[in-house]
Amino acid sequence: MASYQTSEFRSGLKILLDGDPYTIVENEFVKPGKGQAFNRVRVRNLKNGRVVDKTFKSGESVDAADVVETDMQYLYNDGEFWHFMDPSSYEQFAADANAVGDSVKWLKEEDICLVTLWNNSPLLVSAPNFVELKIVETDPGLRGDTAQGGVKPARLETGASVRVPLFLEEGEVIKVDTRSGEYVSRVKD
Amino acid sequence: MTTKTSWRPTASVEVLRLRAGMLARTRTFFERRRVMEVETPMLSAAGTTDVNIHSLTTRVSGQPGAMYLHTSPEFPMKRLLAAGCGDIYQIARVFRDGESGRWHNPEFTMLEYYRLGMDHHRLMDEVEDLMGELLGEGAESLQCQRLTYRDAFLQAVGLDPLVAGRQELLDVLARRQVGLPGETLTDAQLSDLLMGTVVSPGLGRDRPCFVYDFPEDQAALARIRPGNPPVAERFELFYRGMELANGFHELCDADEQRQRFARDNQVRQELGLPAVPADENLLRALEQGMPACAGVAIGFDRLVMLAAGADQLSDVLAFAIIRA
Repeated sequence: MASYQTSEFRSGLKILLDGDPYTIVENEFVKPGKGQAFNRVRVRNLKNGRVVDKTFKSGESVDAADVVETDMQYLYNDGEFWHFMDPSSYEQFAADANAVGDSVKWLKEEDICLVTLWNNSPLLVSAPNFVELKIVETDPGLRGDTAQGGVKPARLETGASVRVPLFLEEGEVIKVDTRSGEYVSRVKD
Repeated sequence: MTTKTSWRPTASVEVLRLRAGMLARTRTFFERRRVMEVETPMLSAAGTTDVNIHSLTTRVSGQPGAMYLHTSPEFPMKRLLAAGCGDIYQIARVFRDGESGRWHNPEFTMLEYYRLGMDHHRLMDEVEDLMGELLGEGAESLQCQRLTYRDAFLQAVGLDPLVAGRQELLDVLARRQVGLPGETLTDAQLSDLLMGTVVSPGLGRDRPCFVYDFPEDQAALARIRPGNPPVAERFELFYRGMELANGFHELCDADEQRQRFARDNQVRQELGLPAVPADENLLRALEQGMPACAGVAIGFDRLVMLAAGADQLSDVLAFAIIRA
């Protein structure tokens, strides 16, 4: 198995600690003038997102985690798994509910998502930063009310619920920022 | 890896100009005090035996063994002292393997100087003047705080480092939520971890702070003053959480120096580190007689960081290691 020395530590490096994959968020080299050197490292557990601080004696080595991030096309959901395809190799991967997490409410077939693979199986699915989705349910639009800035709830084709301006109608397509869950704009055909 | 912008300096031209001015002021400071500038070799057949300092080595055609790139110009400067050079200083590029980070670069600039007849207290007075010259407003002195090593620990964590046992160190580290590495640490390493993560970050917040009279086992090349417990006549200077200088009332005794080299190499062996040949020429010079003196090494790049308000060392180096 590949491993890294503490001197190779940098943010973004994927390492294996107690059997779990972690990414290095911050690495600080600490050394009292004539004393032992340490690396104080902040790491994020890629399985549960939890951030913890770890101390390493400089010169120690740590196993590398076989983690890669790839853009993949979302294909379909079979009721239990969400299926993705690597568009360059056509290889397909099945992600479970744990890996898909909160991204589930933004997943539209054929959209390109960032999939994190650990030992070649999906660990984490990140929805695109912006998605374009159709409104399937909302109160009737109020024409001429575009300046008021009022909002109303709308349900989208993927099941997500967002707050949209009053003038929007069912059947219209909108652009949403998935990181904040906020409406960005109306998408004209 | 080279990219489109990787040819550029890591420091701004403005900071490089500030740095040049500080070098000039340093030279003027020593000229006024009649301390002579010297240059000694960067390559040496002997290295430092210090357990926590790792030398880079290289080979030179015609030389029998590996040669060490110096980690400080200390040994040849002491040979010059024994040869009757009088007060001397040097501004040198030194090399330390594995030291890289926000406050470290494997190659850095050290200002090292020796003053005959001074002890560590008088040398601290002079380093304070130098700090005033380089970091104070004009020639106004920068008033420094002074704390014994013992008081620094007592004030920061309520632990007496001269008598504390292993369990007390572990308790304080746990209380301060400092995680321990997987490997078991020696008592000395636990105390380094506590110093590096809890005690030193709080030192010299508002003004520079000298910490002096170190535990005997951290004497390095300092004299030990007998007492109960005995302490090493060594000091370090901290400012805004950064370590800036390390000074000694220098050990002049050749026999004791020889024993310390041997002890270092014994610890190196226990830790699985390569043995380093002791500098026999230094030992000969000490036998011949080195005048009583105090000496200090100052991290020049960190002084520039403070003067420039930079928050990482690479901001004050023309080309930090990533672009070297």
